[in-house]
Amino acid sequence: MKNKSLVSINDFTREEHVRILELAGAFEKRPKQRILEDYVVATLFFEPSTRTRLSFESAATRLGARVIGFTDASSSSVTKGESLRDTILTVSNYCDIIVMRHPREGSARFASEISKVPVINAGDGANQHPTQTLLDMYSIRKTQDSLDNLNIAFVGDLKYGRTVHSLVQALCNYNTTFHLVSPQELKLPSSVKMDIKERNLTYHQYTELSEVIPNVDILYMTRIQKERFSDPLDYEKVKNAYVLRNNMLEGAKSNLRIMHPLPRVNEITTDVDDNPKAYYFTQALNGVFVRQALLASILGVVD
Amino acid sequence: MEKEDLRKELKVSAIENGTVIDHIPSESVFQVIKILNLTEYQNQLLIATNLDSQKMGKKGIIKVSNKFFKSDEINKIALFAPTATLIIIKNFAVVEKKKVEVPDYAEKIVKCFNPNCITNNEEITTKFTVIDKVELKLRCHYCEKITARGNISFR
Repeated sequence: MKNKSLVSINDFTREEHVRILELAGAFEKRPKQRILEDYVVATLFFEPSTRTRLSFESAATRLGARVIGFTDASSSSVTKGESLRDTILTVSNYCDIIVMRHPREGSARFASEISKVPVINAGDGANQHPTQTLLDMYSIRKTQDSLDNLNIAFVGDLKYGRTVHSLVQALCNYNTTFHLVSPQELKLPSSVKMDIKERNLTYHQYTELSEVIPNVDILYMTRIQKERFSDPLDYEKVKNAYVLRNNMLEGAKSNLRIMHPLPRVNEITTDVDDNPKAYYFTQALNGVFVRQALLASILGVVD
Repeated sequence: MEKEDLRKELKVSAIENGTVIDHIPSESVFQVIKILNLTEYQNQLLIATNLDSQKMGKKGIIKVSNKFFKSDEINKIALFAPTATLIIIKNFAVVEKKKVEVPDYAEKIVKCFNPNCITNNEEITTKFTVIDKVELKLRCHYCEKITARGNISFR
C-alpha cells in the first residue's frame, strides 16, 4: 500500500482492507510508537469536521509525525480565490502525505491525480469517506470476532448517508444479510441494492425499528436530518419513529452491538449509553487505530 | 432506399473521397461538427440538416472530403447521435458502411450532471466510464455519480 492514495473504499482490495484491520489491531495494543518522527502530515480541511480531523491528528501525533494544515476554508488561501489544483500542487511540496476533507464530490480523486504525495480522502461531499468505512469494519470485526455471515441492520437515513452506502458495499464481500430500516422517503438507493443483489446476498426492508432488534448482530443507527424532507410535515411524522431507547433492547441477542457514526442528536436516547451493547464511543476510538494503520502503511513504514 | 439516396444526391452533392456521416438527428448536426473539430476544417465540407428521412422524419448529413476518422474519434458522437451511420467513400464509390458504436470511455465532451461535482467547479477534463451502452449510463470518474440519457449534456 506504500504511496497508494485512498479515495474510495474500492481503491483497496479485500486483502488490503484485512491488512489494515490487522495493523489497526496492533496499534490498539501499542498506540504510542514514534515511527513517523521524520514525516509531515498535512490535514487540509476545506470544510470543518472536528471529529475526523482530531482523529487523524491524534493518530499522526501518537506516531510522532508533525501535523500541518488548516481547519476550514476561511483560514486558507481558498478565500483569496485559489483553486484546489494550486492548493494541492503547493501543499504537496511541504508534506509526505495529505489528508483532505472537501465539500465537492470528486475533489479527493482529482487531488490524488495531481499531488506528488499520496492523498487520504477524509470525506468528499456526499461521495466517499473510506476511513469511516474501515473503522466501522474494524469495530464490527472486533465485536463479532469476524466479518463473515453477520446480520446487520442499518437504521434511519439510508438514502443520503454516504457512510451507509460505503459500508454496505464493503460488507458485500462478507456474506452479510442486510436489514434496512427507514421511512419510505429515505430508503437505500436502488444502485446500492443492485450491489447487494449482484453478490447474491439478501436484504430485508422494514419501516419499524422494533421488528429487527431480536434478529441482528449489529444495529447501525444514523441521524435523520430535517433538511432531507421537502415537506416538513413528513419529517414530523417520522422523526420519533427511529429513536432507539434502552427498553427496546430487552429481547436482543447477547452479542448485539449498537454503532453510530456520530454526531448523535436524539436517535439514541442517553439511557442506552450505559448499556454494554452501546459501542458508538468505542467505535470513535477505533478510528484512531485505523488511521494510524493507514498512515503507517501508506508512508511505507510498515508492510 | 435507392430512391431516398437518389434524392439525397440531388440535395447534397457527392464527394470523391472521404467520409459521409448520415442519419444524424437534425438537432445534433452542429454538435457533431464541434466534437469532430470540423469548424477549422480546410477541405471541402458539406453540411445539410432538416432533410426528409423515411426512417427518422428529419435528419442531418455531413460529408467530409479527404478525411477518414479513427474509430475512437468518431465513436464519441454515438453518445448524442446514436443513429448515425458512417459511409466511407473512395472514388465516388461506397467502400464501407457502418453504425457508430457507443465507446467504453468518454473524455472531455460530456458534462457531469452533478452540480456539486468538482469538474463543474474547477477546470478539469471530465472522464466517464460507460457502464450501460444500451440505456446509456456513464459513471463519473471523479464524483462516481451516474449521468444517464435523461440528464446528459455536453460541454
